[in-house]
Amino acid sequence: MTFDVEVIRKDFPALNRLVRNGKPLVYLDSGATSQKPASVLDAEREFYERHNGAAHRGSHLLSEEGTEIYEGARATVAGFIGADENEVVFTKAATESVNLVAYALTSSVKAGDEILISEMEHHANLVPWQQLAQRTGATLKWFTVTPEGRLDIDTSLITERTKIVALTGQSNVTGAVPPIAEVTRLAHQAGALVLVDGAQLVPHHPVDVKALDVDFLVFSGHKMLGPLGLGVLYGKYAALEALPPFLTGGDMIEVVRMEGSTFQPPPMRFETGVPPAPEAAGLAAAIDYLGGLGMENVAAHERALTARALDALREIKGVRVLGPDTTADRGGAVAFDVDGVHPHDVSQVLDELGIAVRAGHHCAWPLHRALGVQASTRATFYVYNSREEVDALADGIRYAQKFFGA
Amino acid sequence: MQLESMYQEIILDHYRNPHHKGLREPFDAEVHHVNPTCGDEVTLRVSLKDGADGEAVVEDVSYDSLGCSISQASASVMTDLVIGKPAGEAMKISDAFLELMQSKGKAEPDEDLLEDAVAFAGVSRYPARIKCALLGWMAWKDATARALSEGGQHS
Ligand SMILES: Cc1ncc(COP(=O)(O)O)c(C=O)c1O
Repeated sequence: MTFDVEVIRKDFPALNRLVRNGKPLVYLDSGATSQKPASVLDAEREFYERHNGAAHRGSHLLSEEGTEIYEGARATVAGFIGADENEVVFTKAATESVNLVAYALTSSVKAGDEILISEMEHHANLVPWQQLAQRTGATLKWFTVTPEGRLDIDTSLITERTKIVALTGQSNVTGAVPPIAEVTRLAHQAGALVLVDGAQLVPHHPVDVKALDVDFLVFSGHKMLGPLGLGVLYGKYAALEALPPFLTGGDMIEVVRMEGSTFQPPPMRFETGVPPAPEAAGLAAAIDYLGGLGMENVAAHERALTARALDALREIKGVRVLGPDTTADRGGAVAFDVDGVHPHDVSQVLDELGIAVRAGHHCAWPLHRALGVQASTRATFYVYNSREEVDALADGIRYAQKFFGA
Repeated sequence: MQLESMYQEIILDHYRNPHHKGLREPFDAEVHHVNPTCGDEVTLRVSLKDGADGEAVVEDVSYDSLGCSISQASASVMTDLVIGKPAGEAMKISDAFLELMQSKGKAEPDEDLLEDAVAFAGVSRYPARIKCALLGWMAWKDATARALSEGGQHS
C-alpha cells in the first residue's frame, strides 16, 4: 500500500487546528501522547450513544453489548501483539501495569534477590522496582548506558539471584531499542522473569510477544492513537496465574464471604470496578486504524522521518543528538541538546512557530544524568508526521539559536 | 510573534549577565530547590543582619543554578530586589511577584515595587513557564524563613 501522510492527516481532527500566531500545528510530541483519528473518537461516542451499560454487570441488553465490545477489544489487542485473549489485562496505563506486576511480586521476592533494570528507563519502569526492592530487601541492579545512549548489556548482572529483569523496549528519549530477545533468553536461562516496557515500542513497531518470549509487556493506549485512561498488561498465562491480585474489589472476585474471598483467574483477577468499555472501544478502533496502515509501514515511515531528522540536526552547529546517530535499532524519538539554549527556551521558540515538542528530562532523569545533560528537547514522530514537519523542526532550532544569540 | 513579550530585553540581559551569582560565605541558611518537571535546580544562600530598628535585613543572597533563561534571569532580578531590604519588605515584594505570576497576564504590575521584575508579566501567560520564573524566588523565601526562625540571632 502507499503510505500517504496527506491522506492520513485528514483523519486527525486535531491536526487541522491552528495554534499560536495562527500557525498550523506541527505535532512532534506523540511520544508523550498521540493524536486520535476520528474513528477512535467515533467509537467512543457510539458506545456512549448506543451501548452505555456497565460491562460485566446486569443482564440487560446495553450491559450485554457493553460486555461484548469490551471483550471484543481485548481480543483485538491480543491479536495485535500475538497473545491469547486471556493474557491481556486492561489497566489504566503502562504505569499502572508496571505497578501491578511490581506489587504482585512482593511476596515472591525476598532479601538477597536481585531486580535488574536499566539506567535508560522511564520513571514508570524504574520507581516501582526501587519500591519493590525497598519493600522486600532485594537489591536493585541496572545496566548502564554507553555514551552513544545504548545499553551496556553486562551479562554478568544476570545471575541465579535475579528475580526479574525489567527493560524498556524503546527508549522514550534516545529511541534506542535494546536487544530484548537476547536479554530475555539469558534471563530465562537464569530463571528470571522478564517485563518489557513497550510504551514506546508497541505503538511504532510490529510486536509479537510469542517471538519475543517476554513474560510481561506493558503499554498505553493513548500513545498509539487510542484514548487516555486505558493501558495494557500482557502476561504469559502461567506468569499471570502465579500472581496474586493487586487492586481488589468488585468483578475480580469469585466468592466473597465476610471471613475472606477467592478470586477469578486471569485476566479478570486483575480488573476491578466497572470496566472502561468506551475506552476499550476506542483502543480497538485505534488498533484497527494501525492495522489498516500496517505496522511494518508505520515503522518504515518513522524510520525515514528519523533518518531525515538525524541528518538535518547533524548539520546544525551546536546541536547534539542524544543517543544513536543512525536508525539502526533506533526508533523515532529524537532528543537533542542545543549549545547555549536551554531546552525550555528551545521549546518555547518552537511553540511560537506552532511546533509542539517536549522539553525537560522526559521522566528519564537518570538517563539524562548518564548522558551528561540536565535536560533536553525531544521530537517524536508518528504516522501523521511529514518530511516538511521535520524540516520545520530544523528551521525552528536555527531560529531559536539566532533568537538567543547562541 | 509574541516571543519578544516573553523574552523582554531586560530578561535576556539578566540571563546573559546574571547578578550576584555564585555561592558566598557567610550565610545563615542554604536551600536546594528543584523544578521536578524539567530538573532545573538552584542552591541558594541567604545572609541576614540586624537592621537599625532591630528588624532583620537581607545582607546577601548568593546562588548557584542550572536552568532556562526565565529561571536564571528571574533569580538575578530577585537578588537585585531583595538585597539590602528589610526582610519584611522583601517578603512583600516576593508576594507581589507571586501574584503577578498567577495573574495569567492580566495584572497591572506595580513598577515601583517590582522594578525590573515587571518584565516577567508576559511569562504569566504561559502556565508551563511560571514555575521557572518562581524557582529562585521560592528558594529565597524558604531560605529567608529558615534564617529568621533559626534561634533569633537576628532579632
Ligand atoms: C517508555 C515509557 N514508559 C512508560 C511510560 C508511561 O506511560 P503512561 O504515562 O501512559 O503510564 C511512558 C510515557 O510517558 C514511556 O515513554
